[in-house]
Amino acid sequence: MCLAIPAKVTSIEGTSALVTIEDVEYKASLLLLTNVQPGDYIMLHAGFAIEKVDAAEAEETLRLLNELNQFTLD
Amino acid sequence: MKYIDEYRKKELILSLSEKLKRVSQKEIVLMEVCGGHTMAIHRFGLTSLLPSTILLISGPGCPVCVSSQQFIDKAMAYSKIPGVIITTYGDLIRVPGSSTSLEKERANGSDVRIVYSVLEALDIAKENPDKRIVFLGIGFETTAPLTAAAILSARREKIPNFFVLSAHKIMPPVMKALVAEGVKIDGFIAPGHVSAITGTAIYNDLVTKCGLGVVISGFEPVDMMQSVLMLAEQIEYGKPAVEVQYQRVVQREGNLIAQNILEEVFEFRDDTWRGLGMIPQSGLGIRERLSAFDAERQFSVVVPESTEPKGCICGQILRGLKTPIDCPLFAKKCTPSGPVGACMVSGEGTCATYYKYRS
Repeated sequence: MCLAIPAKVTSIEGTSALVTIEDVEYKASLLLLTNVQPGDYIMLHAGFAIEKVDAAEAEETLRLLNELNQFTLD
Repeated sequence: MKYIDEYRKKELILSLSEKLKRVSQKEIVLMEVCGGHTMAIHRFGLTSLLPSTILLISGPGCPVCVSSQQFIDKAMAYSKIPGVIITTYGDLIRVPGSSTSLEKERANGSDVRIVYSVLEALDIAKENPDKRIVFLGIGFETTAPLTAAAILSARREKIPNFFVLSAHKIMPPVMKALVAEGVKIDGFIAPGHVSAITGTAIYNDLVTKCGLGVVISGFEPVDMMQSVLMLAEQIEYGKPAVEVQYQRVVQREGNLIAQNILEEVFEFRDDTWRGLGMIPQSGLGIRERLSAFDAERQFSVVVPESTEPKGCICGQILRGLKTPIDCPLFAKKCTPSGPVGACMVSGEGTCATYYKYRS
């Protein structure tokens, strides 16, 4: 129910955006999220964009995890 | 898929599992509050990667599951009023009420429609000006802002025939209620998308007053394993805190637009949870000034006293006291195609998850 899926914004018109998940297009309401640009990833929940995905944070988390992985292998 | 596949990498999951086995000494019980987390744990078989010291228990974070029998019966009563169209998220229509379900009422001629988004319910209202559209508002802080946004849109667009029957609920009071009741919990894996809306401060009391750790987690297997590791470290080193594992989505202050819309439309009220009873200030009711959109204030229904299904231990499962395996009905009298209790209906219900991934 609280499921939300990362979706890429392709275009924006007024308070709604077109987004894609695995090449399938969906409409996402922007009533709860402003400051969105085409190319951004948003979390799509029941037809609404509820938050942006922070690309820098995502990379940082993965970098730390990969470090841990290297460390474990050593 | 970007932001999904990276967090399903086997070598990362295994290295987290290794580290966890080195770190974890104390025997601890962690509750994953959200039904989405329960699904991820079983889907990816994560319990087999945990050290024997760590036990995960499922919590009350499945909106369909915790909706009270009274709410289901009320929804049914609305569906029987001529000229009413019930709109709802999918699973709810299959929850058995005291005597029937919305699905059965639909077969009997009631107009019950499943929507993916509350905005579809608004469209149905516009297309059917001579009908009254009742949207069944269920869900936690993640979903309640959507309903709130729809109510404000209905006001802006002057849609007079859109009504909400709210059973929206919030997470912190129920988490505190479980601790107060004495359920053995050493830390919470907190719901990621609820927290994306609320921010992290809603859990501070659990740390300062209950001394418990809280880690806000994403939903992929790497996320879950990392969250368990973070909690295990907090507990081993005696430093409980609110931490965010799901950094890519959860901002410390949350989604302020959604919070403002929630505040504008809803107010806290006492609410009844299936199996848990009344929890003070745990529900969201529509504010007086928006009562034009409140189904209960506009046309109320009378329902007889509700009865819980016999033999169903849903309530104890939602409190983390028992697992579906302990239930005599599980996989016998109660299955996803013929559910007795709500936890077997919802895809993220603990019973439905155990059924799907049972060995």
